[in-house]
Amino acid sequence: MARARAKERSEGRRRKGDRKVRVLVGKPGLDGHDRGAKIIARALRDAGFEVIYTGLHQTPEMIVNAAVQEDVDAIGLSILSGAHNYLFPKVVELLKGKKMGNVVVFGGGIIPDGDIPGLRKKGVDRIFTPGTSLSEIVEYVNKRIRARA
Amino acid sequence: MGVSAKDILSGDIQAAARLMRDLDDEIPSAHRTLKTLYRHTGRAYLLGITGAPGSGKSTLVDCLTGHLRQEGKTVGIVAIDPTSPFSGGAILGDRIRMQKHTLDDGVFIRSLATRGHLGGLSKSTLDIVNVMDAMGKDVVIIETVGVGQDEVEIVKVVHTNLVLVVPGLGDDIQALKAGILEIADIFVVNKYDREGADRTKQELETMVSMNTYGEGEWVPPVMATVAQTGTGVHELLAEVARHWKFVSREENLKRYRTEKAKVELMEILKKKLIEKAVDDLSRSGVLDLLLRDIARKHLDPYSVADKVVDHKFAFHLRKESGKGKANRKNRP
Repeated sequence: MARARAKERSEGRRRKGDRKVRVLVGKPGLDGHDRGAKIIARALRDAGFEVIYTGLHQTPEMIVNAAVQEDVDAIGLSILSGAHNYLFPKVVELLKGKKMGNVVVFGGGIIPDGDIPGLRKKGVDRIFTPGTSLSEIVEYVNKRIRARA
Repeated sequence: MGVSAKDILSGDIQAAARLMRDLDDEIPSAHRTLKTLYRHTGRAYLLGITGAPGSGKSTLVDCLTGHLRQEGKTVGIVAIDPTSPFSGGAILGDRIRMQKHTLDDGVFIRSLATRGHLGGLSKSTLDIVNVMDAMGKDVVIIETVGVGQDEVEIVKVVHTNLVLVVPGLGDDIQALKAGILEIADIFVVNKYDREGADRTKQELETMVSMNTYGEGEWVPPVMATVAQTGTGVHELLAEVARHWKFVSREENLKRYRTEKAKVELMEILKKKLIEKAVDDLSRSGVLDLLLRDIARKHLDPYSVADKVVDHKFAFHLRKESGKGKANRKNRP
């Protein structure tokens, strides 16, 4: 089935150009600083992706439900509240519960280096910390999603 | 392979989401599934919402959805935002205003990018609406891009079209120019708590009253709402229900269905004909030669196009449409 899908997809791509990559960008938790998330959303749009921006104060359940309905390839989360060790793994876990474990989850924000290995172990694909360039993030999404499709 | 019609009809949310994606990406198997599903469409009530950017469409959709859910109706929402013509990317942000319904299983929200399609919808909008219809949603709300002008397409595919107007966006001449009179079943002056709202409402009412309506024709009412607080939404829904009743009259419903069928067929034909023509021409290597000759003025594009489409398209379809009739008769 997966192979048939892949074939079908490449067929679609060959015939009509690329399958459009869809990324959900959201802010889980309680902090209200969405500048970073908005800048990422814009950078991804400028790179040709369709970005579903869900806004502030999302619970992991809301994010995953939206991801299901929008059938996204990846979820980018921005957290500056310090709750990343709970929120990120929760999103990954809920996705798996919906058999959407192949959706790539990445994130950014104020996240101590020491927390990153633990998050990665729990299925968060990549964490970007302050100072990362936009092109690095765009390139990451591009490579990661195209490799998966 | 791909998503089967059965999955959709059994209410599989993920399958529906995937089918919508496949349709948007024009994967051939998705269209095959849609062929099977089409029979199961036509039950949902389709509600269109158009209006300039920032006029409060998403907020109103959110509000209306809340009311509809209270009435026990399931709701599908198709929210369309523009694709950037430069990068091909898009930011789809209509969900931000629809948070309340994210965890409600009775509501399915799908954001779509126009992907270069003009006229307020995306090229896959009708397909996606059909999927939601087949899923069994009682009401499907279509929120257009919000270009305001030239959103004629939507009027023909929805049962009821709301046109949102906000105070302070120019005088009644602007409204006339935009041609919104023709596309509104119901006018909604949103943000009615703003200055100048009364005047906007009056101007619209005058505009409507200057139009002549025949007997039995629908005269669009002008409603006032503050979507943010929910003020006036109850009254608006009453008017929507009144219009729904009007459309449901047999003669109106028949006209609506034919009109919708026409839009559907024409949209698909446009896409398929161009695709096929370009495909055939380029596969046989003629396209480049033709383009070269046209560029050198040895040929003109008018004659070439005439020759390309010189087919008797309807020839073998006569029998087919007869079959449809017979089938209908046999149906209980």
